[in-house]
Amino acid sequence: MKPTALRRLAGFALVAMIVGAPIAGAAQTAAPMPPPAAPAAASAQSAAPSATPAAAAAATPAAAAPAATPAPKIDSGDTAWMLTSSVLVLMMTIPGLALFYAGMVRKKNILATVAQSFGATCVITVLWMIIGYSIAFTGSGKYIGDFKYVMLAPLGLNATSTLAPTIPESVYMMFQMTFAIITPALIAGALADRMKYSAFLVFMGAWLLLVYCPIAHWVWGGGWLGTAGALDYAGGTVVHLNAGTAGLVAALMLGKRKGLGTENMAPHNLVYSVIGASLLWVGWFGFNAGSALTSNVNAGMAMVATQIATAAAALAWMAAEWVIAKKPSVLGMVSGAVAGLVAITPASGFVNPTGALIIGLAAGAVCYLSAVHMKKAFGYDDALDCFGVHGVGGALGALMTGMFASKLINPSGAPKGGWLIDGNAHQMILQLEDVAATFFYCGIVTFIILLAIKVTIGLRVSEEVEREGLDINLHGEVVQA
Amino acid sequence: MKLIIAIVKPFKLDEVREALMAAGVEGLTITEVKGYGRQKGQTEIYRGAEYQVNFVPKVKLEAVVDDAGVAGAVEAIKAAAATGKIGDGKIFVLNVEDAVRIRTGETGSAAL
Repeated sequence: MKPTALRRLAGFALVAMIVGAPIAGAAQTAAPMPPPAAPAAASAQSAAPSATPAAAAAATPAAAAPAATPAPKIDSGDTAWMLTSSVLVLMMTIPGLALFYAGMVRKKNILATVAQSFGATCVITVLWMIIGYSIAFTGSGKYIGDFKYVMLAPLGLNATSTLAPTIPESVYMMFQMTFAIITPALIAGALADRMKYSAFLVFMGAWLLLVYCPIAHWVWGGGWLGTAGALDYAGGTVVHLNAGTAGLVAALMLGKRKGLGTENMAPHNLVYSVIGASLLWVGWFGFNAGSALTSNVNAGMAMVATQIATAAAALAWMAAEWVIAKKPSVLGMVSGAVAGLVAITPASGFVNPTGALIIGLAAGAVCYLSAVHMKKAFGYDDALDCFGVHGVGGALGALMTGMFASKLINPSGAPKGGWLIDGNAHQMILQLEDVAATFFYCGIVTFIILLAIKVTIGLRVSEEVEREGLDINLHGEVVQA
Repeated sequence: MKLIIAIVKPFKLDEVREALMAAGVEGLTITEVKGYGRQKGQTEIYRGAEYQVNFVPKVKLEAVVDDAGVAGAVEAIKAAAATGKIGDGKIFVLNVEDAVRIRTGETGSAAL
């Protein structure tokens, strides 16, 4: 074995850089919390000059002059819903995703698998607070936000973001945090059964800051893709294609699990996976309907689209499996549901029920083929189908959003509508740009991050550890018989 | 004294236990095991990953019986555990050197 001391030092330096740089930056530029007397100034600075839903609701019918109009009022209905959505999305990771993945691995790795979701939640929460939110959702850069919100310094009690003017910025920041948590946590699906925990946590942090935050900024934070008009309501590209692509790269770089193809790697307990998938389904309403950022008609329609697409996708996967493999498996039907959830994510606030139905049916069938057959054909070990479901489903959903978006369903968000409903074929180009930009940027940067970790602290556990099991070797615990 | 080891299909356990009681065998130890003989395993499929599971769940019974009672016990197990289909199981009879009742210290047949 190579000497570990040098690698540990290098790894420590890497972590110190990731965490220390923003803190050093914060120390230099940190502004004290704005005193209570300044909330009007803070809100006025973030008040959008154009009519926002809250301004329209709160302002009197006779439009007052900007100087005399009070800052957009925080709407308690919107805030209540967004508070709820945030916890629903958090639940999607812990324990939704944790259980979904845990049930699919062998018993000797089950604790290590939940540790990935749980640990990722903690690492990302702190990094989001330190710097993630700042570079993703503040500032007006084309490609990245700015550093003014490091340590959330300007986040005052009454602050609002221009991106969500009717809710407190604390809630908006938290809501976006839960998205930032689940996206890298999804990648664990490709890494199952063979990654070092230290490498995993470092990877989570680095990927958040170097891949997720920029792409989130491009699409949602005021960056170039969003302003160009690409439509991604709740993260088909930002979350799912992103995580899926990273999963593919990670699976290729980590290599196949030992014993793949010869050893029995059957799921230890699919009941956990069903529980996890159900928590994902329920929580996803916070994900999609919550992306309305208000508790209004858009949220309602997004909820409807989500439900329909999910059920349709589960049925489509079930049907495909029934025909091809002769039996409809439980793992298949919950995977189909997740595929539907993934595909409807970018479309949820833009499509009508029929569009949702079609997207769901397509997602179930296509993701069945990509997760089951494409993976076998190409031979990469995407252990829990991160790319097959999230990558392919996210890309498919993003493209079908371009097809089925309707300006009747979301006049402010998609004023020109989509290709099939409104004849706006150009939308397909924008969606393709979004998909391509996400895929290539994520793929390349993920590769660089993993390479850096590989040559410093190492990515993969030893063969002995892998064979004996991660639970006992990485965490010193086992699930008792 | 003889040790009777019987491997039977799990759902037959209760029937076999009752038949042994009727045959005068009052003590039994069971273990859940996996195995195969002429009965082949089954195929499980998880998202396209096929696993040929060669080992089939069975129940192993062990009972130590007086020489006089062996024939009756074996016959009881055979009758109760049979379904006529492949995988019904096997019975083995082994010699036992000694037996001890822990509570009282009795040895030999008195311990059974």
